[in-house]
Amino acid sequence: MKNLWFHLMPYKDLPDDFRDTHPSVWVDINSKLLDAKRVHQHYNEYLDELEYAGQLGFDGICCNEHHQNGYGLMPSPNLIASTLTRRTTKPAICVMGNSLALYNPPTRVAEEFAMLDCMSGGRLIAGFPVGTPMDTIFAYAQNPSKLRERYYEAHDIVMKAWQEDETFSFDGRFNQLRYVNVWPRPVQKPHPPVWIPGGGSVETWRWCAEMDYVYCYLSYFGYKAGEATMKGFWDEMDKLGKDRNPYRAGFLQFVAVGETEKEALELYKESAEYFYGRCLHVNPKWASPAGYQSEATIRAKVQSQVALAAQKSSGPAGAAREWKDILDLGYVIAGDPDQVAERIREVCTNLNVGHLMLLCQFGNMSTDLAKYNTKLYAERVMPQISDLFDDQWNDAWWPQPLSDRSLPAEVA
Amino acid sequence: MPETRSLTIRDREVRVLEDGNSDVPVVFLAGIGGVPAWTPFLEALAKNRRVIVPSLPGFPGATEFRHLDSLYDWVVHTLETLELLDEPTFDLIGSSVGGALACEIASLVETQVRRLVLIAPFGVFLEDDPAADIWAQVPGPKSIPNLVCSHPERWDAIWEKPADGDEIEWSILQTRSMEAAARFLFPFGNTGVTSRLHRIHNSTLLVRGAEDRVLPSAYNAVFAEGIEGAVRTIEIEDAGHLPEIDNPETLVREINAFLLDQEN
Repeated sequence: MKNLWFHLMPYKDLPDDFRDTHPSVWVDINSKLLDAKRVHQHYNEYLDELEYAGQLGFDGICCNEHHQNGYGLMPSPNLIASTLTRRTTKPAICVMGNSLALYNPPTRVAEEFAMLDCMSGGRLIAGFPVGTPMDTIFAYAQNPSKLRERYYEAHDIVMKAWQEDETFSFDGRFNQLRYVNVWPRPVQKPHPPVWIPGGGSVETWRWCAEMDYVYCYLSYFGYKAGEATMKGFWDEMDKLGKDRNPYRAGFLQFVAVGETEKEALELYKESAEYFYGRCLHVNPKWASPAGYQSEATIRAKVQSQVALAAQKSSGPAGAAREWKDILDLGYVIAGDPDQVAERIREVCTNLNVGHLMLLCQFGNMSTDLAKYNTKLYAERVMPQISDLFDDQWNDAWWPQPLSDRSLPAEVA
Repeated sequence: MPETRSLTIRDREVRVLEDGNSDVPVVFLAGIGGVPAWTPFLEALAKNRRVIVPSLPGFPGATEFRHLDSLYDWVVHTLETLELLDEPTFDLIGSSVGGALACEIASLVETQVRRLVLIAPFGVFLEDDPAADIWAQVPGPKSIPNLVCSHPERWDAIWEKPADGDEIEWSILQTRSMEAAARFLFPFGNTGVTSRLHRIHNSTLLVRGAEDRVLPSAYNAVFAEGIEGAVRTIEIEDAGHLPEIDNPETLVREINAFLLDQEN
């Protein structure tokens, strides 16, 4: 199996009373809460952490795209990824990803991803999310009724732009491009692996199967909440006659590793409660604009990840925000290295997931603690689980880097 | 009870409800939510007038709308609908979302539309006096009625699920109409109509619910200033964004008075 180290890049100084005094961490979060000097520190520490994870042997390092968001300081994941191409040499660089409908023209994504693939020597994983309503409908004012149609059209443009030898015209419903001929083109042929982060939509599962893309369920609510979705995904693969290759799937999981269980429970409580208490405080009015969810999905009674998050965040039942509940519900897997390894093996086996994305930094966790968590996971957990699936399955969705990659020269 | 028939526009079905008697009919283009059932407003209006209600695409009675992308598509569709009604002339009432389309039609076809009634029409946006964001609402059955009505229980009565209706399909009906409105009005409801209002020469009754929480009063003022024809402006007490649901008696009285005045 593959272990990927995922960063959300949260802002760490949301006030203690954030939930009570501010309506939302997203879209209309008060800009007075933000100190750009702190963000300068954050970026440097966060990039250090991603690079550190690469050094310690994680298979991939991941960044993602959010807008107007207090727990995600990456409106442009491609900027983050571009620095990683120069400061790391081995890990896959997983941009999870570019919300295709937000780029005008979408060839911009084809260009920037091709640049990243060239700069990294073929280490790019190209993630294409539709994007949350907060990012797409409200921060970027995309029409909720046209978002998915635009997304699919943009996807078609990018894939053709990467693979078509001749300059071509694209006369689409939403994009009219007279001369498409992106330079550079990706190193990986015919294109970098495509991974699709999504909620639990049946159409997305079918589309991933049809296109032979990896489906990633990026849940903040851990393996227990993710079981139903992943079961739905695999049932659908069965129906479509696809094999159960676990590398068809990716899954996100928070982990908290200590030398002992007691230490883990002490060390990570504050950052977990910061994340689930403040970072997921999303005003539910942003979560479900009409049209964002397809009618088929509503009929399938599958709620979107964000609607679920928002509902949990505000609903009477509410998502867990206390450390004990966070652990009981499996949002975070915490313990000593052996306990975590055992649980991860169990989770990946049960969910049948070959690409595990790990959040080792979350909430207001200090960079020292994030690195400690990362190191324990890399050195004491990873060796116990890395062999999982590899005797049975081939990962056909992993980057194929150049064998003779150029390296950055030392700076004098 | 109204008669129900169906028009076919480019292979897609559009429901038309009709009731009442008069030579020149009144055509009603509905607002947010559309017409899930014949309403007290339409009932009262049909006492004096022949009332024709074609469904807007995506609203109850016309499922399909995702083939319409631009405002231009929506206007052409509305025009084709009105042409298929085969009435040489009619009075046109447009409310809210339907009001935006009624304005476009009136600015294009002077001959067919006789008098115009606009009830809190969408079409403009004022940065300093923003309209409510009807698409950013807490999910749940109460959000929209509480926003658009002073008497949400009257919305609920109109939206009461038929005994044999499927709960999910019934909820999709409402969601779909909100998506359809978004299709040509998102994010502001601004259609750029101000540059076409001078082409509206019709006598116009411009209505607003005094308690409208969706569109501030300044919005109707923009229409009043821009429309070339004579404009009578009124506010309906005890009514929100959809006075036809909140206070149908008063609204019908005002509409009848306006139409009669114009005929005398």
